[in-house]
This record gives sequence, structure tokens and C-alpha cells, in this order.
Amino acid sequence: MEQLVIETKNLSKIYEGAVEVRAVDNVDLQIQNGEFTAIVGPSGSGKTTLLNMIGGLDRPTSGSIRVNGVELSGMRENELIDFRLRHIGFVFQSYNLIPVLTARENTEFIMLMQNVDKALRNERVEKLLSEVGLSDKMDSRPSQLSGGQQQRVAVARALASKPDFVLADEPTANLDSKSTANLLDIMARLNRDEGTTFIFSTHDQRVIDRARRVITLVDGKIVSDEQR
Amino acid sequence: MNLQIKLAWRNLWRNKRRTLITMASVFFAVILATLMMSIKEGMYGVMTESMVASYTGFVQVHAKGYWEDKSLDEAFLVSDSMTSVFEQDPDLTGYVSRIESFALSATETTSKGAMVVGTDVTMEKHMTNLDERLVDGQYLEPGDDAVLLGAGLAEYHKVGVGDTIVLLGQGYHGTNAAGKYPIKGIVKFGSPDLSKRLVMLPIETAQTLFGTEGQVTNLVLLLDDADQAFEAAARLQPQLGEQLEVMDWHQLVPELVDMIEADRVEGYVFMFILYMVISFGIFGTVLMMLAERRHEFGVLVAVGMKRIRLASVVLIEVVTISLIGAFAGLLGAIPVCAYFFLNPVPIGGEETGQMMEDYGFEPVIQASMDASIFIQQASIVAIVACLLAIYPFINILRINAIQAMRS
Repeated sequence: MEQLVIETKNLSKIYEGAVEVRAVDNVDLQIQNGEFTAIVGPSGSGKTTLLNMIGGLDRPTSGSIRVNGVELSGMRENELIDFRLRHIGFVFQSYNLIPVLTARENTEFIMLMQNVDKALRNERVEKLLSEVGLSDKMDSRPSQLSGGQQQRVAVARALASKPDFVLADEPTANLDSKSTANLLDIMARLNRDEGTTFIFSTHDQRVIDRARRVITLVDGKIVSDEQR
Repeated sequence: MNLQIKLAWRNLWRNKRRTLITMASVFFAVILATLMMSIKEGMYGVMTESMVASYTGFVQVHAKGYWEDKSLDEAFLVSDSMTSVFEQDPDLTGYVSRIESFALSATETTSKGAMVVGTDVTMEKHMTNLDERLVDGQYLEPGDDAVLLGAGLAEYHKVGVGDTIVLLGQGYHGTNAAGKYPIKGIVKFGSPDLSKRLVMLPIETAQTLFGTEGQVTNLVLLLDDADQAFEAAARLQPQLGEQLEVMDWHQLVPELVDMIEADRVEGYVFMFILYMVISFGIFGTVLMMLAERRHEFGVLVAVGMKRIRLASVVLIEVVTISLIGAFAGLLGAIPVCAYFFLNPVPIGGEETGQMMEDYGFEPVIQASMDASIFIQQASIVAIVACLLAIYPFINILRINAIQAMRS
């Protein structure tokens, strides 16, 4: 059964300055559970800003963001951090793994902060790293992994907390074709088999081609919303 | 907390060279500061030993006003009630009766002013181990009609054991005091100044010389623990009454106390400068660490790490670097200080040594192994580390994930 995960109403982000910039301009958006959605648009169109606000990393100038019915815009900073920890998975363009931790420890990291029981952590870490094809790299540090492998660890880390959805900001921007295809296969499988909701911001046509919904932003406004 | 400790520890070794250099700067600062303070305190110990423990004593009782005038006319009788007070005091183990005055010491060809001290030779031996300071001859027996001469004075008069010395001065209430005494022993005091001017004789003999008939000028109290001197003096004063004054060693030799205090302040200033330099070194490391890892901090906060938790990681890192450096520094300082404690170094150079002797101190450098010096240095480094950790701690508490990830 479809369930509304994200809902924004009149969401705007305005940067004041010599010239006022409307990075996100009155965006109304609804994302259902289990979607595999790409937010696309040219550079400066507001993709990352929109994603940051949905992820509780940035505050809107006006409008509202509800995640599973919870309003984010009024939350205090520490409440937002806690909300992100328990409800949102992040995958970043440049992987952003913790360099001093191994693949296993990076994946386990979020669960440690959630105080998940050790046995459960171990079980989930092994399952996730196996799903992203890195069972044999569990004890490798990020510096010992390729870019594609690091991004797969980042996906495993994002999923470790069993989030309501995963936000991926240009996840394939630094990957070669093979790694991109591999990563997309993994995320598509997780979306199909486990119903994980993925929202990407991307320029990458290969990602856009795999998305089941494509939202196009131009100058902070949604100019098209295509369901496939 | 395990997560923070694990992260902090691994982060420390991300840039091994920088961490080791920072630890090394703390290490050498602690060694230098500890050695400096240890030698200073050791020197104060030598000074105190030279002046106080080997002669003055930590607490003295005299008639009110005597210490200013040093007049034999202020001699007093030791009453039964006084001895009873001493016996009942928990910190006192006894007392040495003395009569002190000045006289001209003379031989056939030389003469020099001398400090003449009649003492209870048995108790004196017990308190100052005077018998162990003999460089020639024998120690006095009660009632001996003989004297011990300071080594410096003997050298001045060019006399030795078996020779005779004449003492000529003023006795009780203006009487003449004159006597001729054989030299039974030559004594070297901790204080070279004392060695140059002291003549000691049994108190009975001195009382006859000065005509004080059983009276004394000073009672030097023997304590179980020298640290109890101030409490003991304060406790005894009201019990002995207003006619007598009880003085602790800070009152007896204030010039020594002032000199030590002034020198100690100089040490603190040097130590402050040293730790300031080291603090800026550590702070530089902290700033570099913050700048390098700002993006990473942003990511950690973005994925849900509470900022207080993240700040505590950096706090642990700064404190660990400082404490490992400090601990290693203390471990390094202990054998160095122990060496200078066990092997006092004579102060070289005639002028410096002579100057110290003129001030009445033994011219040697000896370190102190007082645990408080080591604890003090460790505590200073711990406090400095905590103060230095405040900046990154607050900086991280204010971090904005988006801005940090853009950096």
C-alpha cells in the first residue's frame, strides 16, 4: 500500500544578498513510499538545496516539509540531528566515509549511534555488505577501496539504520560507467525487493534512465514531474 | 563512549608525524619544567637544611623581645610548667636548651668576633646530628670545659684539636665574660657562614662563662615532622603565656623564606612562559586538525552524530596527546631528577660558590624528589590541555553541517 513519505508545501529557500537568489521557489512535492525518484535540472537549479531541506540539513525560508507526517521546519538543531539519524539515509557525491574506520565499522557506525544491540549490528552489517557485494572487503579502510566500492559502502551505511528513505546527492558523479551501473543495479534491487525509497539529485543520464519518476527543476521551480 | 574513544584514538594516528611532534613538545616541556622546579625545590631544601635543620630548628621559644635584641639579659629559667606543656604536646619529641651570645675569640696572634652557643650537648646531638659533622676531634660531653670550633673559624685562627682559644665578651647584666678553653673538636656546619663564626660549648660551661646561672636564651623544639612547625608554634604560644614567644622557622629566618619565595616566583614566571610556548604549539595542531577535518565533521553531523558527541571525540584527542606527552615527560624527568638528587653537583666557579657560602648556604645543586613537583607538572599539563580543548569543543558545538561539508 502506498504511503506518503515526504510532503512539501510552498517550500522556498531564498538567499539574501546584493542580489536575492530563490534557490527553491514554492515547491509542492509529494513522494510515496517505495519510489525511485530522480530530481534533475541544470547546475544552480536548486536540486541539492531541495534535497538538503528534505533531509533536514538546511532550513527553508518559508513553507513546510513533512516526513512521515512529522513537520521538520520547526525542529531544533539537535532534534533534527536525531531525526536524521533515525529516519533518513544519506549517500553523498564524494562518498564521505570515515577514513579511520573499516567498511564494516563505517556501516556499523550509524547503528552504534542508535545503540543497536551488537549481535543485531553484526548480522545487519554482514547482510548489507553482502548485498552491495563487499563481503570480502569488510575489513578494508576507505583508502584501500575503489571509488565504486566506497560508494557501495556508503549505500550500506545509509541503509544500516533502516531509514524511511535514502537521499543520494549526485551519487554517481565520481564513478566510472561500470561502477555506476553496478551501483544502480544494487539500489534498484534494494528498491524493488525491500521497498527502500530512493531520491536522487543527478545530472547523470544513466541514473535518469533508471528512475521511475523524474522531477525537473529549473530556477528552483518544478517544471515537470514525469511518472514512468 | 567506546565509539568516541575508538574514533579519537584512530584519528590521533592519522597524521602520526604531527601527533608525535606535538607529544614530543609536551614531553620536553614537562621534562624541562619538572627538572627546573625539582632543582629549585632541591636548592630550597639545601638552604633550609643548611640554615634551619642543622642549626636554627623549626620552632624556638625565647623571652619576648629576645629575638630582636639578642641580649643575654633576656635569658629565662625553664620552669616545670613549661616542660609539662612540651611533654604533653603530641608533635614534640623534646627540646634543646641553648644560651647564645657573642664574644671575641682570640688566640695568641689572631682574634675574631664569634657566635658563642652553649647547648645541651646530648639533645643537640639528637636534633642536629652535630657529632656527625665533626671533621676532627671528639664530640662534647655534658659539663666538658672545652669547645667545638667551626671549621672556618679554626682555619681563620689556624688552630686545631688540642689548641686553646680564649673567649672574651659581656655576660649577664653587664658582667665580664672571659674564659680559656681547649678545642675538643672541629665542626663543619651545613651553612658555611656558621662554620666561620660558631663556637659551641656545653650549656653548663656557657652559663658559667656568661653568669646566667641555669638560665637559657633559646629553647629549640624537636618535632616529629617539620611540616607541623606552624601548627605546633600556634598551639604552644597561648599555653606558654605572653612572657615567652614561640616562633616558627619562617619567623626565625624570614630573609631565607623571602629569598625562597622570590626565587620560586621567578621559577613560576619561567614555567608560565614555557607552557605558553607549548600551548601555542598544541593549539596550532588543534587548529590544523579542525581545518583539515571540517568537511568530515559536517558529514558526521549530517548523518546523525550529535555535536556534543563529536566535540567529545576532539576533546579526547587533545587531552590524550597532552597527557601522553606529559606522562612520558614525567617518566623521563624522574630518572633525571633522581640522578641529581642522588648526586648533588657542587657549584662550579669560585665566585658563585663563594657567593652562596657568603649567603650561608652549602654551594651544591641537588634536585628534589618531592612527589608534589611531579603531580604539579602533570596537573598543569592536564589543565592546559583542557583549556586548549575548549576552543575546538565550542567550535564543533556550533558547526553547521551544510557549511562544513562545503568547506
